[in-house]
Amino acid sequence: MLIFRGSKIALLLVVIMVAAIASTGCGGEKDSGTGLSGTVKIAGSTSVQPLGEELAEAFMDQYPDVNVNVQGGGSSAGIETAKTGTADIGTTSRELKDEEKGYGLTETIVAKDGIAIVTNNENKVTDLTMEQVAKIFSGDIKNWKEVGSQDGPITVVVREEGSGTRGAFEEIVLGNAKIIDTAIVQNATGAVKTAVTKDVNAIGFISLGSIDSAVKTITVDGSEPSEENVINGSYKISRPFIFLTANEPSEATEEFIKFVLSNEGQDIVSEEYIRVNN
Amino acid sequence: MNYKTKEKIYEKILLISAFFSVITIILIGGFVFKEGFPTISKIGLIDFLLGKEWYPTKGVFGIFPMIVGTFAVTIGALILGVPLGVATAIFLAEFAPARVCRIIRPAVELLAGIPSVVYGLFGMVIVNQIIMHIERTYLAGILKPEYQRGYSVLSASIILAIMILPTVINISEDAIRSVPREYKEASLALGATDWQTIYKVLVPAASSGIIAAVVLGMGRALGETMAVIMVAGNTAIVPDSIFAPVRTLTGNIAIEMGYAAGDHVNALFATGIVLFVIIMVLNTVATYIAKRGVSQG
Repeated sequence: MLIFRGSKIALLLVVIMVAAIASTGCGGEKDSGTGLSGTVKIAGSTSVQPLGEELAEAFMDQYPDVNVNVQGGGSSAGIETAKTGTADIGTTSRELKDEEKGYGLTETIVAKDGIAIVTNNENKVTDLTMEQVAKIFSGDIKNWKEVGSQDGPITVVVREEGSGTRGAFEEIVLGNAKIIDTAIVQNATGAVKTAVTKDVNAIGFISLGSIDSAVKTITVDGSEPSEENVINGSYKISRPFIFLTANEPSEATEEFIKFVLSNEGQDIVSEEYIRVNN
Repeated sequence: MNYKTKEKIYEKILLISAFFSVITIILIGGFVFKEGFPTISKIGLIDFLLGKEWYPTKGVFGIFPMIVGTFAVTIGALILGVPLGVATAIFLAEFAPARVCRIIRPAVELLAGIPSVVYGLFGMVIVNQIIMHIERTYLAGILKPEYQRGYSVLSASIILAIMILPTVINISEDAIRSVPREYKEASLALGATDWQTIYKVLVPAASSGIIAAVVLGMGRALGETMAVIMVAGNTAIVPDSIFAPVRTLTGNIAIEMGYAAGDHVNALFATGIVLFVIIMVLNTVATYIAKRGVSQG
């Protein structure tokens, strides 16, 4: 009885193994069909990193023989690695400085990221200058009447340290200034919106893609936060995600960049950021 | 297989099950220490524990505000929740007619079953709004502008007080019910009133159980994360008023873990170590107090 049961299990194992070998065999044939192989090393901006990882995954589904490796390091490091050739693609989430433009790198803008300033719907303010936004979030402006709105202490609502949206906001708007210590911290876009909805004196920032009627968006220097204005450059709280390549990139690298700019790649971009091809 | 081998196997299975929690705690503890300890030794224990500034992306790690914040909301929760819970327990054990019990008990059970995120939502939308209204209407002249936003030690304490009620009520009630009947009868026979019997005889006799209830409630309050994040404001500064926004140790980890990288992650694990140690110390102290209570009784 016991032996019989054992042989049944053995048979089952054999069947499973055969099936497994057969299926990998099929996969193997398909793989070699694409012909493309190699490694693409990407390094740079930690803001671009999550997007880069998602794009890499989708790309590797199509080209299983290509290994795309995405690392962080920061925008400046990204420019440096592209220049020295340590990485195939260097990424940056800021415009290149004049001096860096002299490196002769090819810039490909793969996505844009915009941040909207939002207040409570009851708030009378409609427009703020970039400077006013910076002063509000760093605590130099503490009352709404200083910017021509109702008399009330401003409740600053921000995202947690480490959040990409917060990082981008600090980088673009605040520069070297620090967000005020007493700001309310929420760890999700939804929570920021709820906090702003519940307090007439609140102000917060969310990514452009998350705007809805629950909160009021503020024009900055007269420009409406919209994808259109980010792309044409009039809305200032935005930044490009740039891929930098040195001369003569490898075939796999070129193919990856082509993939990122294709509709399929840009669909992934538009899940959280603004696409650059339409 | 004969019955003796079977007995042995069952015994072993039970033994392994019993050791499972021990192994888990060792694994989790070991992992948290391994990840966090290098950071603590790099920053220096004193700077880490007593540092008042927390700018993790700039490499400044001081968790003193979070330690104070954790104790502030926990103590607040106990001040509000324990008297209410013990009073409810006394009522249920001594006074409540069966019909009333049938309403109160399921309600308490249900309170324990509500997910913490729902408490948080309730706190954010109702409690914080009420507190903000009070702050802006009646206390506007007294409080700093930063303390008029609803997010506060007070609202976190209120929410936590409600959340620890089931624990406090159930365990205190059991403790009061398990006081020998003779104590009560003797007290009444000596001419004491019902109330005198309760606060001179029953509650002191049940004190070790009630302390256990308080300790378990305190554990719940210390460890609660989601609900607190939603109502506390999560500002990493030392709270100096019950109206100040506050960040707890658990909140610190939960808020920032999502996007943290490098040293920041390790600093969050280090926060976990501090939490671990605090809870171990409290448990030890509490067990000691509870034991002493029994020997006196």
